[in-house]
Amino acid sequence: MSQPTEILSGIDQFLRREEEKELLRFLTCGSVDDGKSTLIGRLLYDSKGVYEDQLSAITKATVNETAGAMDFALLTDGLRAEREQGITIDVAYRYFSTPKRKFIIADTPGHEQYTRNMATGASTANLAIVLIDARNGVLSQSRRHAFIASLLGIHHVVVAVNKMDLVDYSEEVFDRICSEFSSFAAQLQIPDLYFIPVSALLGDNIVTKSENMPWFDGASLLHHLETVHIASDRNFSEMRFPVQLVLRPNQEFRGYAGQMASGVLKPGDPVMVLPSGRTSRVKSIATYDGEVARAFPPMSVTVCLDDEVDVSRGNMLVPPSHPPHVTRCIDARLVWMGNQPLDLRRQYIIKHTTQSVKAQVRFIRYRVNVNTLERQPASELSLNEIGTVVIDTHSPLFVDQYRRNRITGSFVMVDPVSNATVAAGMVTGRDPRAADPAVAEVQAAELNRIPAADRQRRIGHAAVLVWLNGGAHLAYAVESELFQRGYLTHVIAAQTDGSVMLELALNMTAAGLVTICAADFLYEVERERAQALMDPSQFVDLDASLFASPEEAARAVTEKLAGRGITPADH
Amino acid sequence: MDGKATDNRMTESLTLTHLRMLEAESIHILREVVAEFQRPVMLYSIGKDSSVMVRLAQKAFYPGRIPFPLLHVDTTYKFREMIEFRDRFCAEIGAKLIVHTNRAAIEAGANPWDLGTQKCCGFLKTRALLDALAEGEFDAAIGGARRDEEKSRAKERVYSFRDPHGQWDPKNQRPEIWNLYNSRLNPGESIRVFPLSNWTELDVWQYIHLENIPIVPLYFAKEREMVVRRSSLIPVERDIPLLPGERKELVMCRMRSLGCSPCTGAIRSDADTLPKIIEEMMLFRRSERENRVIDFDQEGSMEIKKREGYF
Ligand SMILES: Nc1nc2c(ncn2[C@@H]2O[C@H](COP(=O)(O)OP(=O)(O)O)[C@@H](O)[C@H]2O)c(=O)[nH]1
Repeated sequence: MSQPTEILSGIDQFLRREEEKELLRFLTCGSVDDGKSTLIGRLLYDSKGVYEDQLSAITKATVNETAGAMDFALLTDGLRAEREQGITIDVAYRYFSTPKRKFIIADTPGHEQYTRNMATGASTANLAIVLIDARNGVLSQSRRHAFIASLLGIHHVVVAVNKMDLVDYSEEVFDRICSEFSSFAAQLQIPDLYFIPVSALLGDNIVTKSENMPWFDGASLLHHLETVHIASDRNFSEMRFPVQLVLRPNQEFRGYAGQMASGVLKPGDPVMVLPSGRTSRVKSIATYDGEVARAFPPMSVTVCLDDEVDVSRGNMLVPPSHPPHVTRCIDARLVWMGNQPLDLRRQYIIKHTTQSVKAQVRFIRYRVNVNTLERQPASELSLNEIGTVVIDTHSPLFVDQYRRNRITGSFVMVDPVSNATVAAGMVTGRDPRAADPAVAEVQAAELNRIPAADRQRRIGHAAVLVWLNGGAHLAYAVESELFQRGYLTHVIAAQTDGSVMLELALNMTAAGLVTICAADFLYEVERERAQALMDPSQFVDLDASLFASPEEAARAVTEKLAGRGITPADH
Repeated sequence: MDGKATDNRMTESLTLTHLRMLEAESIHILREVVAEFQRPVMLYSIGKDSSVMVRLAQKAFYPGRIPFPLLHVDTTYKFREMIEFRDRFCAEIGAKLIVHTNRAAIEAGANPWDLGTQKCCGFLKTRALLDALAEGEFDAAIGGARRDEEKSRAKERVYSFRDPHGQWDPKNQRPEIWNLYNSRLNPGESIRVFPLSNWTELDVWQYIHLENIPIVPLYFAKEREMVVRRSSLIPVERDIPLLPGERKELVMCRMRSLGCSPCTGAIRSDADTLPKIIEEMMLFRRSERENRVIDFDQEGSMEIKKREGYF
């Protein structure tokens, strides 16, 4: 127990350094037998991430052992069923660490039918390693891997040309593969492409630079992984905070818990709540470890606001000056993952940030051939196919383009019958043809100089939106009653386009009127939307079928208005 | 001034360390579970991973309390020090604790010496856990398993679905994309949620060190009464059957993982502080399960147990 103090201070120092490490997530993709398992095994082994007893367990389990040489691939092979089939069929996650960084590897198989797995692994990765067998050159699978990596927004792609030992460490072979791959990759959006010749089996250029390839002047694979600059890949410019939970442990505290999707948030910052459009300021950013001066992605924090605004799960806090698109119609790329193909007649559920909404795919613009990048017309998408579609959602989503924001630009689609996750979606834009009132409102709120209170003073009463489940006939009868009692009124009759009706109704109410919207159950979506957008004190929801006559309905409305203190000035 | 360089410095300062990234991810997962399930429960094993998980839950819902109960499946073969720690710890943080034991099996005399570890675990852990979940009508059980613990766990999802019998079908799991977890359950299905999926053993120890998280004293080296059996040290907690020639002796040792006392081996060690434990772990590089007799009973045994409903 006489531990020399130098060693202890050594371990303390080690710990302090370890606790400062960064995290890099990467995925490996290659076709069968390109040497992916060998490469991963080599990284784990050489970085001393492989524990002794796991090694000995392998020696016991080895079936087709390669004489002498250690079979690194066995280190990474997981499940029993797969071991029996002899192939890897799902995404496996592995971990290793060097003094500089901690690494999470998403190990995804390269078979044709497993686009879904690669997309899954790529969704959270900073970097992708595409393996190429030097003897085979660039195959269609390699193109597919590069395409999916770029589709999922991976900024850094490393092309590892493997089995260089089998082509006499030839510079020429390497160069040929580089130029072929580069010309294909030029069509893709890959900001950082790095080529490296390796032998996973013998360890050339994996951890240290290989003496067998003096012509290569780049860094070893591990060195590249340790130093590639990833901090600025994240979006720090547009703040997005999807609310996961409202925390209200006592009367004094009301906070909104969530994980920063992008941007930086500080106490005092103005924020707008979507979809309501209400604005407030950040009072404080609470954490278990005390209040913080700023929050940035991917911090999980709790935001408290200055005002008692209504906020719930699925809402999003955004800067009033740079809101995302608020829309019920999006253009998106889908990677189809369901066993049953996409059905345009069916309803799905979209999970986007912390919201789940009903959605339907309006049409498929085209399908992308993952090998040639060709666009083809399509009437359905099946398992592992990628297509661009237009989607209508029942309530608005708050989206950014996936290229700008990996969190607010992504969603999954769920089949409400089987509950299976059937697609991964990336927002490419919002359909320009679909005007959404919420967007207009958000923009108008910026320019409007007349406070609602001033309008109210001039008109003599506060504005209200009366949502009447009934026909135009009834609506006008109710209006006439209210008008006679001194209210300034207006009726919006049902429109074929629900969003136009909603826009008119919101505008009239914003102008200060008692607006009566005559809409039946077909406009349930608009009703929900109006309710979400309006202050509850200014929204009256009335089912006209409950009343015997228009007079009775009118009386009920007047009572509701009076109950909220909304009465005409001179009556 | 080089604009790009300033940019890099700015973003560098907005970077979290790997432990804070893992923490943020786990908190996100815990909050999703509370938002989307009716009756979540956290499985609390009293071990170091559970301690970390509880701290993450405290952080996730601060300043509120942990909004779900902790469930401990007590085989009655746990170390005394574990039970003491459990009761003190839960009282201190104000967590609701549920303790469940398969009474029928205990009364029928279930023990690892007669049944063998596999069968004993089947009754006292797997069966007991499934019963407790059914009894509490819990729709989501949060567990502390990590993917790096064992090969068969490398493909485990964060949301892991179990059929109505609590069993796991490796071929029928949902893809997990970005941080969007599909929480919709089919009738009779339940899920296990693993918020520590991406943590390694070293991460867990470092986090305990960084955060000063209380753990059971059994993890720290001290002189304890042991039976030395081949290379294993077996703790003398109760009357374990001795083989010919064996006797109890005082050995400076500690536990690397905590299970039931008859099936958890100790290791000879001087590591009586966290830094020493971490240093020892870095030096020995032995997977933490080496000393749990159970995983070596059968090749791939963990996977078999998982299919049956154990974690
Ligand atoms: N000569 C040589 N063989 C390799 C190299 N990398 C992998 N292999 C061999 O290629 C075969 C397939 O490798 P494996 O890692 O299982 O490929 P995977 O299907 O991509 O995981 C195995 O027999 C490996 O030993 C290399 O760099 N050089």
